[in-house]
Amino acid sequence: MVLNDSQMRQETAASDLAIELRGISKAFGPVQANKDISIRVRRGTIHGIVGENGAGKSTLMSILFGFYRADSGEIFINGKPTEIPDSESAIRAGIGMVFQHFKLVENFTVLENVILGAEDSGLLRPSLARARGLLKDLAREFELNVDPDALIEDLSVGHQQRVEILKALYREADILILDEPTGVLTPSEADHLFRILKGLKEQGKTIILITHKLREIMDVTDEVSVMRRGEMVATRVTAETSPTELAELMVGRKVLLRVEKPPAQPGAEVLRVESLRHVDSQGVERLRGISFGIRKGEILGIAGVSGNGQSELLEVLAGLREAEGKVLLDNEALPLSGAGCDGQARRARRIAHVPEDRQRRGLVMNFHAWENIALGYHHDPRYNPSPWRMNNAAILRDTTGKMEAFDVRPPDPQLKASGFSGGNQQKLVLAREIEYEPDLLLVGQPTRGVDIGAIEFIHQRLIRLRDAGAAVLLVSVELDEILALSDRIIVMFDGRIMGERMPDETNAQELGLMMAGMA
Amino acid sequence: MTALKPLALTASVLALTAGIAQADAPALMFDMGGKFDKSFNEAAYNGAERWRESTGGTYREIEISAEAQRVQFARRLAEAGSDPIVVLGFANEPTLVEVAPDYPDTAFVLIDAVVDLPNVRSVIFAEQEGSYLVGMLAAMATETNTISFVGGMEIPLITAFACGYAQGAKAVNPDINVIVNYTGSTPAAWNDPVRGGEIAQAQFSQGSDIVFAAAGGTGLGVLQAAEDAGLKSIGVDSNQNHLHPGSVLTSMLKLVDQAVYDAFTDGPDMETGVVVMDLAAGGVGYAVDEHNEHLISAEMIDAVEAARAAIIAGELSVHDYRTDSTCPAF
Amino acid sequence: MSSRGKIPHWADVTLVPLFSVALAFALSAVLIWAIGESPWQAVKLMVEGAFGSSYGWGYTLFYATNFIFTGLAVSVAFQARLFNIGGEGQALLGGLGVALICLYIPWPHWSVALIAASLGAALFGAAWAIIPGYLQAKRGSHIVITTIMFNFIAASLLGYILVNVLRVPGSQDPASPRFPSEVALPKLHEMLALVGIPFSTVPPVNIALLIAIGMCFMVWYMLWRTRLGYQIRAFGESEPAAQYAGISPARITIYVMLISGGLAGLMAVNAVMGEQQRLVMNAVEGAGFIGIAVALMGRNHPFGVFLAAILFGFLYQGGAELALWMSIPRELIVVIQALVILFTGALDNMVRMPIARVFARRKRAG
Repeated sequence: MVLNDSQMRQETAASDLAIELRGISKAFGPVQANKDISIRVRRGTIHGIVGENGAGKSTLMSILFGFYRADSGEIFINGKPTEIPDSESAIRAGIGMVFQHFKLVENFTVLENVILGAEDSGLLRPSLARARGLLKDLAREFELNVDPDALIEDLSVGHQQRVEILKALYREADILILDEPTGVLTPSEADHLFRILKGLKEQGKTIILITHKLREIMDVTDEVSVMRRGEMVATRVTAETSPTELAELMVGRKVLLRVEKPPAQPGAEVLRVESLRHVDSQGVERLRGISFGIRKGEILGIAGVSGNGQSELLEVLAGLREAEGKVLLDNEALPLSGAGCDGQARRARRIAHVPEDRQRRGLVMNFHAWENIALGYHHDPRYNPSPWRMNNAAILRDTTGKMEAFDVRPPDPQLKASGFSGGNQQKLVLAREIEYEPDLLLVGQPTRGVDIGAIEFIHQRLIRLRDAGAAVLLVSVELDEILALSDRIIVMFDGRIMGERMPDETNAQELGLMMAGMA
Repeated sequence: MTALKPLALTASVLALTAGIAQADAPALMFDMGGKFDKSFNEAAYNGAERWRESTGGTYREIEISAEAQRVQFARRLAEAGSDPIVVLGFANEPTLVEVAPDYPDTAFVLIDAVVDLPNVRSVIFAEQEGSYLVGMLAAMATETNTISFVGGMEIPLITAFACGYAQGAKAVNPDINVIVNYTGSTPAAWNDPVRGGEIAQAQFSQGSDIVFAAAGGTGLGVLQAAEDAGLKSIGVDSNQNHLHPGSVLTSMLKLVDQAVYDAFTDGPDMETGVVVMDLAAGGVGYAVDEHNEHLISAEMIDAVEAARAAIIAGELSVHDYRTDSTCPAF
Repeated sequence: MSSRGKIPHWADVTLVPLFSVALAFALSAVLIWAIGESPWQAVKLMVEGAFGSSYGWGYTLFYATNFIFTGLAVSVAFQARLFNIGGEGQALLGGLGVALICLYIPWPHWSVALIAASLGAALFGAAWAIIPGYLQAKRGSHIVITTIMFNFIAASLLGYILVNVLRVPGSQDPASPRFPSEVALPKLHEMLALVGIPFSTVPPVNIALLIAIGMCFMVWYMLWRTRLGYQIRAFGESEPAAQYAGISPARITIYVMLISGGLAGLMAVNAVMGEQQRLVMNAVEGAGFIGIAVALMGRNHPFGVFLAAILFGFLYQGGAELALWMSIPRELIVVIQALVILFTGALDNMVRMPIARVFARRKRAG
């Protein structure tokens, strides 16, 4: 690896460094998760770490926080060589971690969660009083407003995240690691988080931000390190780099961030939805009268913060949930409950579905790739010469072709679904659903947890399907994705449609407001 | 009939275990409930032990744990040269029908059922007669005019106990209320003292103050429940008076131990045929000892002894439920 | 990174069970030694008694036949992640089916009777399993609870029928009359005699063994070579994915319970028709529960079930020999059997993890 200018400039005095890692390696069996990684994080900066899924970011941070022990290498905290055998040592060394999935006790109050495991003594009262005082100070300084007596289960996701940050600060963390912190936040919540992080930086705290969103890196970090396949490939001063360069470093080749898309040629209306209502098993009304239409050769994007009814809409249309109202496919009503309302019947009507949660719904993780290719299409007569025999060889042949067409790697039909990376799992699902040439494709979060290289491929395939005359209903919480792919955008909030926009007549700010219910 | 190989194996195994038992020593095969069931099987074990202590002889014993082992073990014992072989339980009737003809020189003793073969002694008990007597005692001792019965499984043998018990009680007092319950329908019913105690308590809440348990190990729970409730119980098979002195009114004796002892003593050259262990033969009865003599008055003894004499003399006949599956006292 | 260590498949299906059994035996040896008997002699007795003669083999295979049926029943249900604890009751009802068919229809030849009795056994077992299946599918009643309850109901029902309907008048044994001799199944020694192989005439192992082996193949074929099997496995691996694919959870649950109950019921062909030749209260004698251990140990695969059933057949027959020739109490023999179940079932990971570590180290070194 050749050091470039900015790296040379970083050769600062060791005393300026909050963290220095030298030659960290870690293997899980045959998988080399981290290969000889060295990184220097200067005190009082926000340092971004980007990389595709499986690039080794989380492993590296887990080593830093004492969850794993490195096979080799050294850790220096504030210039001193430090052993971190467990997370307690990490906390003692002043490291705090905010996980992607919060580690909070749902039916405890904020205050109780903050002191949990860090009580001053057997008696809770003094700890609670100290924490209350600290929370008040922090709220004033950093906009870290949280009601100390609220129960966690009553808080929004954004507030829960603040509790995680408060937990780390209560433990006197100087170094704060955040793992994909914005994945669960609305745009405005994310902005708020970044204001908090900047405030913390000004107080002299060091922040490591792990993300795959390049925009966030550009917005808040001072420096950024790029990981690829377990290696640290580059470190850049943020002001001196660009999203394009970072994306290339991550993927190892040139990528198109902007989707090339010819204008849509919409045809006749395929699907008509009229006052659709759905009440879930908990008795909550998830869809409160939804009406819209979608035409041939069109991608209709549905934007919204997760949990506002988009998932339910997708599953109602896919026949997985029962609902009231009217849904017409080619002017013919689709049954919305009882017999004829299941995945099988929908496929018979040429509706394909790429579910939001591919690991739970879209794939059977313990099935081989070829078995997954038959999932939902296991009644296909080509696969079943008779009810008493399934032609596994035919499915296998079919799978080989589909894996090739969708560039699924490794192209091994005998590999179990769990053995593929997120992006290749998604390609497997898409290969299955798209290759049947549906009239309508329902697709949810097509690129969640998918690496940049695969995102590009998946977007191109969706557009190609549209250009072939199919209708695509796209549900995504990634506004960038909605804006890039959609020919028309609907915003959902609280089970209702807030409005419709054309992508070139709107922007992220306007959509963000609508997603928050303010229109 | 038998293949050579198993015989060879048996011989080698016998060589291994030589000294534990001689080839022509008697053997005892327990029924499914297991050796220490505090009841039927254990009574047989006690009889065998009594024989061992008094004669200094040795014997072989085996517990079965699967249906297929009935025939398997009976055969293996016969092949090993055990003689006589005492087999416990009516469930072994088909076992001996199958096995005994193959070993005509070995004497078999079947307890609780009849097999008509020249080398089989069948020992059956007149449980209804003993139950009749304890039923009389219960009817005379009750203060609530309600007595009860806890059986193991609802099978003819146990119903014969219940039927005799009810007949005896009604002979004393035609208006007496007799509650009859059974523990369960699986083999576990013979060894479930907790359930036995629960059933007894339920019967007490219905007014019963004396409970007769004919349920193997389950009966121990029944007896315990009676003591806990300050009420009376009646034991079964062996003399169980000592278990809860003052609470156990008496025990219905079914002298299985005597039958085993006799068989072992008679040895390979025993007389075969049907042996009826009834009141006349002293095979059944009721127990009075230092633990319960204060519970049973002289008048009660007189009444029961009169009935016993009448039964032995043939003047009084106690109906056996097993003959026609009906009971005049129910 | 996965919680389950990576072990090559061959090691998972051979090394792990072998080590588990070895550990169980080691612990059993300590127990036998502790009560003052020779563990070496005990092992020798068990192995010779179960495998040392055609007599021993006969009993081992007879017990194994029972366990193959009940083990398959549990594993088919488990492929759909349904825990069928009701093998015991289903087999009891299967026994009732066999008895009714053998007693009330005059069969000219055992072969016709065998076909009819097999169908009857499977039908009765399936009918008994479909009720919990239906309750789970349509009412959400947990199948573990309902199948357990149905074991008790089956025992009570059988008790009632045996005492009040089938019992030989005058007999005090709650058992059906003996089946007519026409329906006696050919024993293994008769079948082997046809090809000139001598075999002990004593053990009750019979033609049902072949049915059991055939069922292993059929279950394997059904699970991995038919659409129904595909749907069952998909449903078992992931219910949301199965629903997504349009596989009806209710229908699969009911189908699976039908098949599972039918397999459990078939056990009666071996025990009731092949051995006892009459229906007794205790016809199943715990094989329904042993089937759970057999399925666990056989990794829910038909061929694994076959091997595990042989192992448990060995434990039964070897245990019987121990009881006969050594003064080891029956309870200790049950403890030895339980240890094998414990180590192969519950403590699976205790063995798996060290093995996984060894493999991980070898891989890194290699």
